Amino acid sequence: MSENVHPGINLGASHGEAHHGSERTAFGFWIFLMSDLVIFGILFATYVVMRPNLAGGPGPSELYDLKSIAKQTGLLLASSFTFGLVSLSMKYGSRTGAVAFWLVITAALGTGFLYLEIKDFARMAGDGGIPQRSGFLSSLWALVGLHGLHLVAGLAWIGVMLALITARGLSDAVKSRLLLLGLYWHFLDLIWIGIFSVVFLGGMA
Amino acid sequence: MSDPVFGRLDWRVTPFDDFWRNPTANEAVASGAALVVILGAVAVAWFLTSRRLWRPLWRDWLTSADHKKIGIMYVVLAGVMFLRAVAEGFVMRTHQVTALDGGFLSPDHFAQLFSTHGTIMIFFVATPLITGLINFVVPLQIGARDMAFPVMNQVSLGLTAAGAGLVMISLVVGQFGTGGWTMYPPYTGATFSPGPGVDYWIWAIGISGIGSTLSGINFAVTIYKMRAPGVRFLRMPMFTWTALTTAIMMVYAFPPLTVSNAMLALDRYLDFHFFTNDLGGNMMHYANIFWMFGHPEVYIVVLPAYGVFSEISSTFAAKRLYGYNSLVIATLAIAVISFCVWLHHFFTMGQGASVNAAFGIATMIIAVPTGVKVYDWLATLYEGRIRMSVPIIYLTGFFILFVFGGLTGVILANPTLDYQVHNSQFLVAHFHNVLIPGTLFGVFAGIHYWFPKAFGFRLDERLARRAAYLWFAGFCLAFLPLYWLGLMGMPRRAASYENAAFESVMWLTFAGAVIVLAALGTMIWTFVASARNRAALACPIGDPWDGRSLEWATAAPAPEWNFAATPEVEALDPFTIEKAEGEPYQPAECYEDIEVPRNTAMGVVIGGLTGVMGFALVWWMWWLAALALAGVVAAIVARAFVTDTHQRIGADELRQAHRDFLDRVAATEPVNRDLEMTSRNRGRADPEAPA
Amino acid sequence: MKREARSELRRYVTGAALSAAFTVLAFWAVMGSSLPRMTALWVVGLSAIAQIAVQLRFFLHIGWRQKREDLQLILFSLLLLGLMIGGTIWIMSSLASRM
Repeated sequence: MSENVHPGINLGASHGEAHHGSERTAFGFWIFLMSDLVIFGILFATYVVMRPNLAGGPGPSELYDLKSIAKQTGLLLASSFTFGLVSLSMKYGSRTGAVAFWLVITAALGTGFLYLEIKDFARMAGDGGIPQRSGFLSSLWALVGLHGLHLVAGLAWIGVMLALITARGLSDAVKSRLLLLGLYWHFLDLIWIGIFSVVFLGGMA
Repeated sequence: MSDPVFGRLDWRVTPFDDFWRNPTANEAVASGAALVVILGAVAVAWFLTSRRLWRPLWRDWLTSADHKKIGIMYVVLAGVMFLRAVAEGFVMRTHQVTALDGGFLSPDHFAQLFSTHGTIMIFFVATPLITGLINFVVPLQIGARDMAFPVMNQVSLGLTAAGAGLVMISLVVGQFGTGGWTMYPPYTGATFSPGPGVDYWIWAIGISGIGSTLSGINFAVTIYKMRAPGVRFLRMPMFTWTALTTAIMMVYAFPPLTVSNAMLALDRYLDFHFFTNDLGGNMMHYANIFWMFGHPEVYIVVLPAYGVFSEISSTFAAKRLYGYNSLVIATLAIAVISFCVWLHHFFTMGQGASVNAAFGIATMIIAVPTGVKVYDWLATLYEGRIRMSVPIIYLTGFFILFVFGGLTGVILANPTLDYQVHNSQFLVAHFHNVLIPGTLFGVFAGIHYWFPKAFGFRLDERLARRAAYLWFAGFCLAFLPLYWLGLMGMPRRAASYENAAFESVMWLTFAGAVIVLAALGTMIWTFVASARNRAALACPIGDPWDGRSLEWATAAPAPEWNFAATPEVEALDPFTIEKAEGEPYQPAECYEDIEVPRNTAMGVVIGGLTGVMGFALVWWMWWLAALALAGVVAAIVARAFVTDTHQRIGADELRQAHRDFLDRVAATEPVNRDLEMTSRNRGRADPEAPA
Repeated sequence: MKREARSELRRYVTGAALSAAFTVLAFWAVMGSSLPRMTALWVVGLSAIAQIAVQLRFFLHIGWRQKREDLQLILFSLLLLGLMIGGTIWIMSSLASRM
């Protein structure tokens, strides 16, 4: 079995220096993610507090489209899985082509998620569900929107990593950064579980 | 409508303009302050130019990723901000003695003063002072060469400086908010505070808050992953323990601030309804989120001060720290409990009695681990051979005053009593009474203690003692009478009052403020006089106080690489043990090549650009804000493509440098404790007692 | 090497399958079933927790047998998150009930 130097995805013994070099950064990135988690946690709490404050505006039953949410969930879960394949093809084989291929697939799935999400938001805005309408809508847009922004940042990061892979190949630094990106991507999936459970399913139940 | 290029910025936003139109004492004070900022900046620029210091400043300091230099720059930044905030405090006191039915400042100006005073003291004095000390000391104490992420460290400093810069600019361009340092909505919402003042606060705090979060991550990883062999958790010096705890608290406490800040910004800029009066906003929720940060912040800035007190009580009593394990447990307990008490900042908001009771009890419980600590320090000093050096004088002041302030905290923790004295001068007295003797005295003690390590010479003992006594006296006179005023019913933040009985007490506190100014002046003079006399005060060997932990084993100032060879540690107080066993200052068995980070402008670039972004957002210059943000992203992405980030220092160079150092040690006469304050102290201690 | 790769791939597939199952269960409870509201909420909540645990285990490789500081970090985060979220809801609902 390969020894693990830090939580999350590891490179394993066959990568020696990159494996141990990533220890510090990965741990630091975990701490960062936990800090980010607190941000989301407070936004969740705010949503729960603000949930009754409709101020006469539209509420969950008029705004949420669970079918679209289900599709988004499927896409994001699939992208989390394909990022697992990025990690695997980096760990076993280190073939640049395979890593880049699965990165592109992941980005495509993420873009699909984002497309559906933006469509949802546009439709909600069309139905009068703009964040300026009520405290409830403010908290909804802030929470789901922040997750969306994280996803945009993730996609940009994938783009930078593809450029780095093209320029450098799979160097130690690149591998170590891909590990962080993997943690980030799975983390976004975890947050989304909270969002569809608390916000959308909780709001419609 | 705002201008597409300059937003809402025009030539009428400076205080000079108001003074021109309406020359009153109030406007004269505002213009004078703005003038001081401008003249100060010009004077610094002139000084740097005439001494040809721009290049060294850029090369040796601003672009350096060395944790020691970053730490010193943090302290200098905090020092500059401290001068401003103390001056503001003095102006407020001066106003208050004249404030019976009026006063010379307008209420709006007075409100700006207490808002900036509080904001600066918390975010740009206490926090950077603590961050600076941790930066400087921790890697030395754990035998590391640098922080885990040296460049991120630089960026943290850059972000903090950008925030501080925004607060400074607000003196000249526009005005600061008037909502106090907490900026509670709905008063600070767009409806009631449409001007740029609150936005200055939002971006200054938001930007520097991210810097503090990054610092927290950096410290935590450094302490977790970079300890020298043998430095187990229970062998870490107490200051490092408190630094670790503070780091963890920064990581978890600053996100709530970021959130409440961002929500207030969304309310103000995009017309969201988090904290507005209408359309389902809930302004109470702001207080709730803000204090989730605000209370832990108190301990973020006070725990490292406790760490300093632990170090100095042990060093200057020449005894092992009493109850090390209990201090560790107490520190961790304080950290966790401090996340369970935030409601005591708004007992009177209107929630049920059981909620208040629960948080009140949790608050009182914090006094227990704090009490444990005080007894531990007392027991450390007990029967020790104490030298009444400056740090110990501050410690003594802390003992007397902090226990008093802590007890008033327990009083305030009782919701029924809090209903009587909340929002009064009693509260002002309480938090100054914990933060000044706690954080400030602790940091002062730390600065005097580690100053020789940073610069290679001691501070002038006589002047420093005078400053310490003046601080003590000034504090007592300036703040203790406020308890009385509060009990008499004088509200905090009052720009004027009608009860003539307050006036005489106000004169008393004004006298205190004068003494505080004198203390500050003496302190500055201590630095200047010591720097002039540095040849006589030099202690290049680096151990002027017969220190106990690793940082004293290296030269002063410490070399770029801290330790020529990675030290190995077998117990707490490793340096004391080495000295007692008669084998300190040994050459290492082998020296290895090391890598140190190259200089980089990342910190300056990101700090500068975010500062520009903040300024642009305050004045609604959207294009500039977008441009600056794009610059930040571009800088980060470009950094990912840089591979040549480190430079190698060869083993031979290290061996040679270490040998030179050891030769100097051998040639230096050791001094015992009695001669510590004389010019014979060159930094080599002659330990007298066994470990 | 190859066996290890295959076993790791199996882990990811297991994780994805379990995640999908819990997701479907949660959506079914709200959209497809006629469960009473409270029951549906319990199903959603428990499957969310289960799914988060699954993803931590299979995608992020967090386990009991790893170095302790990792798990400590996550558990400490959950403790503080619980304090902040639980405290907020308690405080704000107490406030709302008295308004």
